[in-house]
Amino acid sequence: MAKQRITYSQIGTGTGFYSVLALLGAFIAAGAAAFLYVEHHGHIVTGMTNQIVWGIPHVFAIFLIVAASGALNVASIGSVFNKTAYKPLSRMSGVLAMALLAGGLAVLLLDLGRPDRMIVAITTYNFKSIFAWNIILYSGFMAIVGAYLYVQMAKGLDKYKKPMGIAAFIWRLALTTGTGSIFGWLVARQGYDAAIMAPLFIAMSLSFGMACFILVVKYTGKATERPLGTQMTWRMGRLMGVMAAAVLYFTTVRHLGNLYAAEHADVEQFILFGGNVYSKLFWIGQVLIGGIVPLALVFTPHRGESSSRVTLAALLIILGGFAQLYVIIVGGQAFPLIMFPGMEVSSSFQDGVVGTYVPSLPEFALGLGGVAIAMLITVFATMTFKLLPKDISDAALDPHLAAKAK
Amino acid sequence: MSDVSLKEAYIDKTRRDFLKKAGAGVTTLALASGVTLMAYPEPALARKQEEMVDPSQRWGLLIDVNKCTEDCDACVTACSVENGWKLDGNPAVDAQWIRKLKIKNPRSGHEQTFPVMCQHCAKPPCVDVCPTGASFKRADGIVLVDKHICIGCRYCMMACPYKARSFVHEPLEEQKSHAPRGKGTVESCTLCVHRVDRGDKPACVEKCASDGHGALIFGDLNDDNSEISKRIATYATKQIRADLGLDTGVRYQNL
Ligand code: SF4
Ligand code: SF4
Repeated sequence: MAKQRITYSQIGTGTGFYSVLALLGAFIAAGAAAFLYVEHHGHIVTGMTNQIVWGIPHVFAIFLIVAASGALNVASIGSVFNKTAYKPLSRMSGVLAMALLAGGLAVLLLDLGRPDRMIVAITTYNFKSIFAWNIILYSGFMAIVGAYLYVQMAKGLDKYKKPMGIAAFIWRLALTTGTGSIFGWLVARQGYDAAIMAPLFIAMSLSFGMACFILVVKYTGKATERPLGTQMTWRMGRLMGVMAAAVLYFTTVRHLGNLYAAEHADVEQFILFGGNVYSKLFWIGQVLIGGIVPLALVFTPHRGESSSRVTLAALLIILGGFAQLYVIIVGGQAFPLIMFPGMEVSSSFQDGVVGTYVPSLPEFALGLGGVAIAMLITVFATMTFKLLPKDISDAALDPHLAAKAK
Repeated sequence: MSDVSLKEAYIDKTRRDFLKKAGAGVTTLALASGVTLMAYPEPALARKQEEMVDPSQRWGLLIDVNKCTEDCDACVTACSVENGWKLDGNPAVDAQWIRKLKIKNPRSGHEQTFPVMCQHCAKPPCVDVCPTGASFKRADGIVLVDKHICIGCRYCMMACPYKARSFVHEPLEEQKSHAPRGKGTVESCTLCVHRVDRGDKPACVEKCASDGHGALIFGDLNDDNSEISKRIATYATKQIRADLGLDTGVRYQNL
């Protein structure tokens, strides 16, 4: 069979397009206003305290960073694992990965107590700090994915596609391991201290990233009148389902492991059965909405004429992902540090007390601003570069897919 | 010179130095939002002091829990006065470099109270995780935050097992020149490094003694002849969460 030529094109402009830009712009403006407000008044105007030191901004930032490496899935499957149908979508996958990472980092940096010292953060390293390693991992990710995109789009560089794809694949595994380790290495916190955090974060990244990718490509396809093939959507949807199942699996292992470790048993009780906002978010948000329902949506038999179930599943996985990160990040801090096992502790500094956290509007505005930054970068990139094939129907992506649909 | 004008003089000097260096090509970026990003090439104040530190010493505290009475908070007040932080009625966000802890054994009902502050760990997790190196340990064991390179990420607060650190949530007034603080940075007990460096004891230790309790002993853990070392050699003492193996510089007796 002759190899099909794929032609890529920028996305056009139209009124619908400008209203999307205006909406994203509004979110970014709100995020910027929130940043200036917190920067001026100090973190007192947020819900964060000396006990809950990381809040909603970190939930958003870590979601975006984790999803970034997962969004590269499609590119990796295309180039590293040689799956033809995925190849035409790999440029989009690379761009979305960079955009999500940029959005996440923006939130992380703008939430710093001293955002004016960003340059210090990027130029002064303590090489023992996993946080500093993450900064290197993030910059490297940008560079490698950027180079990977370049060899895909430039003429005559075909032979570099595969090695660059492999490099990007390895790098992004390291990146997610690094993000997971930010928590895994906190020996002091009963909620976090577990090596299982690294594989858990990898599974989360694959699942969240795939969900974001499906939504973005489906929406872009719809808006630019080149609908994404139904069979292809289902294929990606099932892949996302496998990853979501992996997240549930590692979550189970993590919590069972913690329940049996005497040191972690209290915090597990608190998160899983505390009857508090964290246990609700865990069972209803993460497990039900972000796990069981989407799995049912993508794995129960379908007749294949519509892929809206996949879209819904992707949305739910994203919502569940936020719930999961909230439980991990905020729930883990709310539970008091145990300094004297078996003793009742009290002080003027809220020792022995479950921390309360009431997220404030500026925190949400900052987080959503980060999401908007990621989306805006994606839109601009698809406008400027030829990222998406003119035709992403099943027939164009892979003749076998189209045959299957018949 | 008063504390305030000293501080201003210091800020002025940093500013002048900075401008000089900025002229010489230090990275200065002006973002559209009006935020200025700058690199601080100048080794901060705390680092200069480090040059005078004797690495053969290791400063520590021994707290005799039996001598600490429940209604007394002289050490906390002394620290607050000395270092210029105060409780402002909002315990969730106010800075607390030192706090009185009360523990109760639920079975026997036995209660004890004692102060807890930065434990000046020999293997401090806060220093390990700090991305910029703002958290650092002096050669003599005192763990400090360099307020000039702290970016306020709060990772050290996540890492500290003793909840010893506070984040400055609000703009500050009336700072002490010897204990610089700043909105958006993290701080904790400095073991009164400014006093120790001139040969004095930390403010909490002095006040506890002058109030007649003498529950706190300060000294060199590496000097076998110091009072603190002799006591630790003679009596059973504890480190909080010794299981973490951080080798704290603050020890507790009768806990
Ligand atoms: S007690 Fe906490 S802040 Fe002090 S040195 Fe140890 S880890 Fe760091
Ligand atoms: S808050 Fe400051 S001292 Fe603490 S880890 Fe971050 S940069 Fe280091």
